[in-house]
Amino acid sequence: MSTESQTFTEKYDLLGCIQCGRCTGGCPVTVRADLNVRRFVYDAYYEEKLDELARLAEIWDCTACHTCAVRCPKGLKPLEVLLGLRTMIIESGKVEPTVRDALQSVLLEGNPWEKSRAARSDWMEGLDVKIAEPGVPVENLFFVCCTIAYDPRVKSIARNIVGLLNKSGVDYAFLDESETCCGSEVFTLGEEGLFEMLVEDNTELLNEYTAKRLVCLSPHCFTTYKTRYPDLKAEVIHYTQLLVELLEEGKLNWKGDLQKTIVYHDPCYLGKQSNVYDEPRTLLKNIPGVKMVEFERSRERSLCCEGGGGKMWVESESKKERLAETRIKDAKALEADIVAVACPFCVLTLEDAMKSLGYEEEMRVAEIMELLGEFVEA
Amino acid sequence: MTDKPKVGVYVCHCGINISATVDVETVADYALKLPNVEVARTYSYMCSDPGQVLIKNDIKEHGLNRIIVASCSPRMHEPTFRKAIQEAGLNPYYLEMANIREQCSWVHEDMEEATAKSKKLVASAVAKVRLLEALESKEVDAEPAALIIGAGIAGIQAALDIADAGFKVFLVEKTPSVGGRMAQLDKTFPTLDCSACILTPKMVDCASHPNIELLSYSEVEEIGGYIGNFDVKVRKKARYVDFDKCTGCGDCAAECRVKDRFPSEFDQGMGKRSAIYLPFPQAVPAKYTIDPESCLYLTRGKCGKGPKCQEVCKAEAINFEQEDEIVEFKVGAVIVATGFDPFDASRKPEYGYNDYPNVITGMEMERLVSASGPTGGKVKVFNGEEEIEPKEVAFIKCVGSRDASVGNEYCSRVCCMYVAKQAHLIRDKIPDANIRVYYIDVRAFGKGFEEFYDRVRRENVRYIRGNPSEIFKRGNKLVVKVEDTLTATPLEDEVDLVVLGVGLEPRADMREIMDLLRLSQSPDRFFLEAHPKLRPVDTATEGVFLAGCCQGPKDIPDTVAQAKGAASSAMIPLARGKVMISAQVAEVDEATCRGCGFCVNICPYTAIELVKINRFGHEVEVARVNEALCKGCGSCSAGCLSDSIQPKSFRDRQILPQIAALGVLK
Repeated sequence: MSTESQTFTEKYDLLGCIQCGRCTGGCPVTVRADLNVRRFVYDAYYEEKLDELARLAEIWDCTACHTCAVRCPKGLKPLEVLLGLRTMIIESGKVEPTVRDALQSVLLEGNPWEKSRAARSDWMEGLDVKIAEPGVPVENLFFVCCTIAYDPRVKSIARNIVGLLNKSGVDYAFLDESETCCGSEVFTLGEEGLFEMLVEDNTELLNEYTAKRLVCLSPHCFTTYKTRYPDLKAEVIHYTQLLVELLEEGKLNWKGDLQKTIVYHDPCYLGKQSNVYDEPRTLLKNIPGVKMVEFERSRERSLCCEGGGGKMWVESESKKERLAETRIKDAKALEADIVAVACPFCVLTLEDAMKSLGYEEEMRVAEIMELLGEFVEA
Repeated sequence: MTDKPKVGVYVCHCGINISATVDVETVADYALKLPNVEVARTYSYMCSDPGQVLIKNDIKEHGLNRIIVASCSPRMHEPTFRKAIQEAGLNPYYLEMANIREQCSWVHEDMEEATAKSKKLVASAVAKVRLLEALESKEVDAEPAALIIGAGIAGIQAALDIADAGFKVFLVEKTPSVGGRMAQLDKTFPTLDCSACILTPKMVDCASHPNIELLSYSEVEEIGGYIGNFDVKVRKKARYVDFDKCTGCGDCAAECRVKDRFPSEFDQGMGKRSAIYLPFPQAVPAKYTIDPESCLYLTRGKCGKGPKCQEVCKAEAINFEQEDEIVEFKVGAVIVATGFDPFDASRKPEYGYNDYPNVITGMEMERLVSASGPTGGKVKVFNGEEEIEPKEVAFIKCVGSRDASVGNEYCSRVCCMYVAKQAHLIRDKIPDANIRVYYIDVRAFGKGFEEFYDRVRRENVRYIRGNPSEIFKRGNKLVVKVEDTLTATPLEDEVDLVVLGVGLEPRADMREIMDLLRLSQSPDRFFLEAHPKLRPVDTATEGVFLAGCCQGPKDIPDTVAQAKGAASSAMIPLARGKVMISAQVAEVDEATCRGCGFCVNICPYTAIELVKINRFGHEVEVARVNEALCKGCGSCSAGCLSDSIQPKSFRDRQILPQIAALGVLK
């Protein structure tokens, strides 16, 4: 991908830019940070300025939501200029300890959470999970995600889907401890070399399992495998796409009665970046007793929760309202009882915002799979 | 053919286009040593008058009977040199061009290699020219009539010009009225002429001109034949109204049981019409049409106790039994003037066009400000809560233009100015409005455009440099999320009305016309002209011309100019009354043809058919070429199993030695 001979200007097609400002205009973090991504595209043309640009704190404010890239009329990916500058910092070694440790952990343990690789399958405890074997064809090979595998708050996403899969009789398998970080956050943190290594290793690993489809539980893994793994043989899908297939085949049996108002928050990596808007909504509105409402800014205009772009390891300096808080306030105004999401990062950021706003008594943030665990027979 | 070939080779410098990369003298010296070459010269510009005289004199002095010009592409100057040698008494098809410019000097840098390649190209041309045969061009009669498809301003203007010159015109329009997009516009930039005022007289002329046969609510179904002799079949769709009886009084529409229930196409869906309707008051012809998709009687077979329209029509013009009618005629030339589609703003969901009634397109704005529009020219919008006169108005330019994310890389050329004009009209109608225009660049390139842009800015229309990224709602305001790129300030401007300056797109139904006339598209998907500079109204299909926005986005002055150009080109065969048929066509050897019909299926011009002949007392089928339709492309020859069909001048025995001379064949 990056060759030594390619200049910054060539690599990011800086000369293709017409300075229209749609990138900065659409950038969700401009309301709370001093980031102007258009200016970076403009200034990065001057090689001698790059070091100075890389030292600007705001390059770490980007959440890699990709709105700038989606909106760009000339096919540029402005955010990647920021990631390129991050790469310069990473290569110089002057990086925050939290970031350093996360990257080190990916290198040594295959996850950014400084957890042991041996514990990667611990989430399966007590469950009857089919484990993939190399060379044995499987229809749906699941990729769990580091965050879901290790974080107790979102583990239930994986645990609940196993129950559904066993009940529906669909052909599936999970990876054992060999599952290794997809590198989504490694890429957005700017650790290019490590990301390239992950792409090589994961491509080799995943291609060994003759799987028709790779089903990702996190939109970050989903979009990363789909767009940055050119040699992956399996078709990459998000679990909500698989579940809608099961729903249409009549293989999901609903139970209970929720009697709540749900507002669905589109994760950037699932919606804007991969155009999966309808499947999560289809699943939610089938839950018995649900009333669906919509954010004013939904689907293509959804607001980022600031969970991506390595922000899990880089604290924002801004004291202004977090976008996740804006989102929760909007949900409150809609009188939603549940903010449903389809991404582990969104769960963490939105729930944190809900708690800091003191709404935890009257409101709940839930991943779709958490709700389906309660309302679909397994 | 019996003459011994005496070849003259002329190597062109093309200024320094060729000579800077190819050593032309060396090439000429080399050519002189080739078999049958009598003369070899170089000259600075072979295509110039002295250059041509050089060739002509040599033909006379040296008795040359074959000529090679080593210069540019034959697409450029083959006709020039054919004419020159014909004037010197040679058959024009005794010419071969060696392309040492496009295929050599322009694409190579190394002089030695480029010179060596030029030598090969010349040697190859010599190998072929010796084997060429004399061909005779034929002339056939041309029908002194033209078909024009589309009756917007382009089609109307072309029709009037051709008709005024004394030729018959068949003007075919898909919708019930002529007028096209221009009829929908309010004022026109930069002069602020009322669009309807300048267009309607031309619309009326179209209908009343003795030489124009207007076929409205009609579609071309088939076009066969070739330049000078196109056979056209048109379907006149049933209006369910007797054209001759209808007086256009409108009683029917007023009494229609589903009166004003359907979105009016003319008012961009902002106004309503009945199932029986006149698209707009000045429609030509002023005849009512029943829309079969919305009429109760036609969709359900029942309309109360009986169709009201039929009941009230004093002229007894309503006829539910009416059927489509097929009209057939012959023309000598065709002009395609099918126009454009406005960009569909819902393809940019971030602008909320489908979600907010106060986000509208430029075309909708035209109807909103028009005195004949759905609001009578009052600018009122619904902001989700109430109908208001907008005080904060935003225009966004380049919506669907210059935007690779929707596949339109081109500039639509009219949006900068129509937005300026609409901003002016808003200023006129709402003097205290805050008007903002969000722009990337202002392209005010036409006559009077920059002056108009200056005027509009000074009318206190604020131009903000930045292309908005998103529109959403906050309370009863629309929020325009945009960066002012001149101050590097991200803004969230709150407004009452957003006008999307949508661009122009190729028509969604253009494929039908492409298939009818074998037209091609340029990369922007508009119809491709024969040459972007020198043949801008011609197409690759002889006798078929382009006018207006079907060839690319244009404003009205450019459209009218191009329509006049297309009319003038189309009139050439009509005025001459004859058309020249190319002599380089395919020829069948009936003695060896097996009549398999492969070539019939392969031919992209439907120029070949199977005919029965008597071969030694047996009736057999063989292929026969319609020389008027054949373009000499050679597809048939490539597919022929017995080498029985061959294009003249490109026969195997002519091109195989040519290829061999390149050193490709052993």
